[in-house]
Amino acid sequence: MSGGLYSMDQRNFDQTLDLKKIKPYGDTMNDGKVQLSFTLPVPCNDEAIEAAKQLLKKLGFENPQIVYYKELTQGFTFFNCYGTCKHTVDFSSIHVPKVESTKMDMKGTDTFIKENIGRKIVVIGASTGTDAHTVGIDAIMNMKGYAGHYGIERYEMFEALNMGAQVSNEDFIAKAIELKADAMLVSQTVTQKDVHIKNLTELVEMLEAEGLRDKVLLICGGPRISHELAKELGYDAGFSMNSYADDVASYIAQELNRRLQTK
Amino acid sequence: MNNSKLGLDFGKVVEAKKISGKIAYDVQKFVDCYTTVAVERTLCRLLSIDGVDKNDVPLPNIVVDQIHEKGLLREGVLFFIGNAIIETGLTPQQIAEKIADKEINITELKVNPLKAIKTAVEPYINSTIERISNNVKTRNNYLKQLGEGNKPYIYVIVATGNIYEDVVQAQAAARQGADIIAVIRTTGQSLLDYVPFGATTEGFGGTYATQENFRIMRAALDEVGNEVGRYIRLCNYCSGLCMPEIAAMGALERLDVMLNDALYGILFRDINPQRTIIDQYFSRIINGFAGVIINTGEDNYLTTADAFEQAHTVLASDLINEQLALLAGMHEEQMGLGHAFEMNPDMENGFLYELAQAQMTREIFPKAPLKYMPPTKFMTGNIFRGQIQNALFNEISIWTGQGIQLLGMITEAVHTPFMSDRYLAIENAKYIFNNLKNIGDEVEFKENGIIQNRAHKVLNDALSLLHQIEEEGLFDALEKGLFADTKRSKTGGKGLSGVVEKSDNYFNPFIAIMKGGKK
Repeated sequence: MSGGLYSMDQRNFDQTLDLKKIKPYGDTMNDGKVQLSFTLPVPCNDEAIEAAKQLLKKLGFENPQIVYYKELTQGFTFFNCYGTCKHTVDFSSIHVPKVESTKMDMKGTDTFIKENIGRKIVVIGASTGTDAHTVGIDAIMNMKGYAGHYGIERYEMFEALNMGAQVSNEDFIAKAIELKADAMLVSQTVTQKDVHIKNLTELVEMLEAEGLRDKVLLICGGPRISHELAKELGYDAGFSMNSYADDVASYIAQELNRRLQTK
Repeated sequence: MNNSKLGLDFGKVVEAKKISGKIAYDVQKFVDCYTTVAVERTLCRLLSIDGVDKNDVPLPNIVVDQIHEKGLLREGVLFFIGNAIIETGLTPQQIAEKIADKEINITELKVNPLKAIKTAVEPYINSTIERISNNVKTRNNYLKQLGEGNKPYIYVIVATGNIYEDVVQAQAAARQGADIIAVIRTTGQSLLDYVPFGATTEGFGGTYATQENFRIMRAALDEVGNEVGRYIRLCNYCSGLCMPEIAAMGALERLDVMLNDALYGILFRDINPQRTIIDQYFSRIINGFAGVIINTGEDNYLTTADAFEQAHTVLASDLINEQLALLAGMHEEQMGLGHAFEMNPDMENGFLYELAQAQMTREIFPKAPLKYMPPTKFMTGNIFRGQIQNALFNEISIWTGQGIQLLGMITEAVHTPFMSDRYLAIENAKYIFNNLKNIGDEVEFKENGIIQNRAHKVLNDALSLLHQIEEEGLFDALEKGLFADTKRSKTGGKGLSGVVEKSDNYFNPFIAIMKGGKK
């Protein structure tokens, strides 16, 4: 079924790296090796295996290998597969919009704010709508932070309020007005049926209706959020997985400073 | 309880339970004087009032709202329904329908003597008690005929949003080896002050808990249970603003396991502490009578607070939850007290600390089917490492004899589980449970080693925390943020307007009957 441990297959392909045509890497440059797993809604038999192979070919894989299969329950078969990807990507022409700020540590950000803004920055955060998850907003805001990165509450030059989960957009905006927030952080963890998009859009529309949109830095974050998506929805910035309080705090400090200077 | 692998000082355990008992008793003195809109709606459901009006408002809400609007809920819904039965000759359901059609106001009828009112509701009470008792018998028969999986019970969730799709996933999971199927509720249901009606096919991150959905899933699990020769338990969430109503629906439809924890609702859903503690008492009475295993939510503390530093808060809360459950007439065998495997995987000797805490929890609650929760906080999307984290978690569970193993999913933090995620999780657990089956009987811990010392420290810390809570009272302790680093005020949060002090006429015979049902 497989090529065996010591493959004697001829490697008759160009093994030099070309950033205009990159491919997945298994153990040899440009071998195109990919592993993937999926379930097909059919009973486990020879036809199912053939179906999995055909699917792999349609996905752009040559030499499809089904290395493991198992019927999970009647009529559903799970596959582990390997294949050789035909497609390439031009890495040299890729441009991804990114949050443009220099990442500083807590001390650096505090000093930057003292020297450039000269007052505390007010930040409020919440997991809005029906979303009950506080993991994201807690990781960024709470004193303790996450994975060794202290949260914004611990920063000397931030006045931070974490409103927690299931905060309505109305309450969130009311609190921003009350505290004269410089920045609003929205966390969205639940993304089924794109509920986060509706909720994030609603917040922007409500802020615009109140004439507040230009007066605050509006930032969203969550595992399924990218900076690109955030910009599309009308936010100033978006932070995804593997972002910490340092990233968010540095951005807020620098962006707020930029705006104050250009006013 | 005197043979500790950890060299635990059981004198301290006895002391901790005594203090927890006092804390719980103080809470109970408060609870006894109050009722809530949710408790009263539950009584409607227990009188077999069901269905919705033309605007989809559940009839139990319509009945209770009519009384509450008049400021008369302190008399209790049974008082007004019983009186209305005498005055109209109708059944509770017919009375509720008439209220929905605005044909009758049950607070404005001629008032009959209390004794006659109590007699009028009696047949309806008895028939519900009989229905629930029969459900308990049916479950026991299944357990006798089909048997059940070994402990730890393998617990998995389904969460498609569509009850009919949930059925497919649940039956698949049972065939793969799951013993308990939990149908996750849709996001936000805990904050609804009503229970939706009928079969539902739309939900966000879960499926609505409705009585019809309960019935559909129960039938599906009985079917697959017969097929695989094992009774498959059904779990749902009896928490939030409709805590006792969901307990009643679960009792009526033979659910077996219920998440049921006021402290969780207070801390993580910002539900008013008074409201949910009162609701919890009646919900636990119902769960106790219906033979339901409750699960408490202490594991969640460790998703916000640090799992190593705050381990003692979990133990302290388990001890309080145990005492609150005892006061509601529950047996220790029904108490799936919660704890979790949530330490940072990068921590040196983290496995030893987790092992110490799991063994400690086992020894302190020897009869309880402890609910052990998987790693979630440090699941990163690296599914390959996630599979190992879940394996370590499973090893501790079989080693320390946990009761209910909520299986970790490799795609935690990515999406609700695929059918294959659940398969891989069950395969992982079964492999380890079989391969390490008797490790707990074989291995002892070094005297005063890392493991023993960790357990001693957590118990000591829990004991001093309990002393502090006893001094301040549970409500004040919550205001100070002693659990989960979260502060909750006694008058804050959602649902306080639904709390009412009981009058002298107030009666709820279910409490005595159901607590008397103690075996």
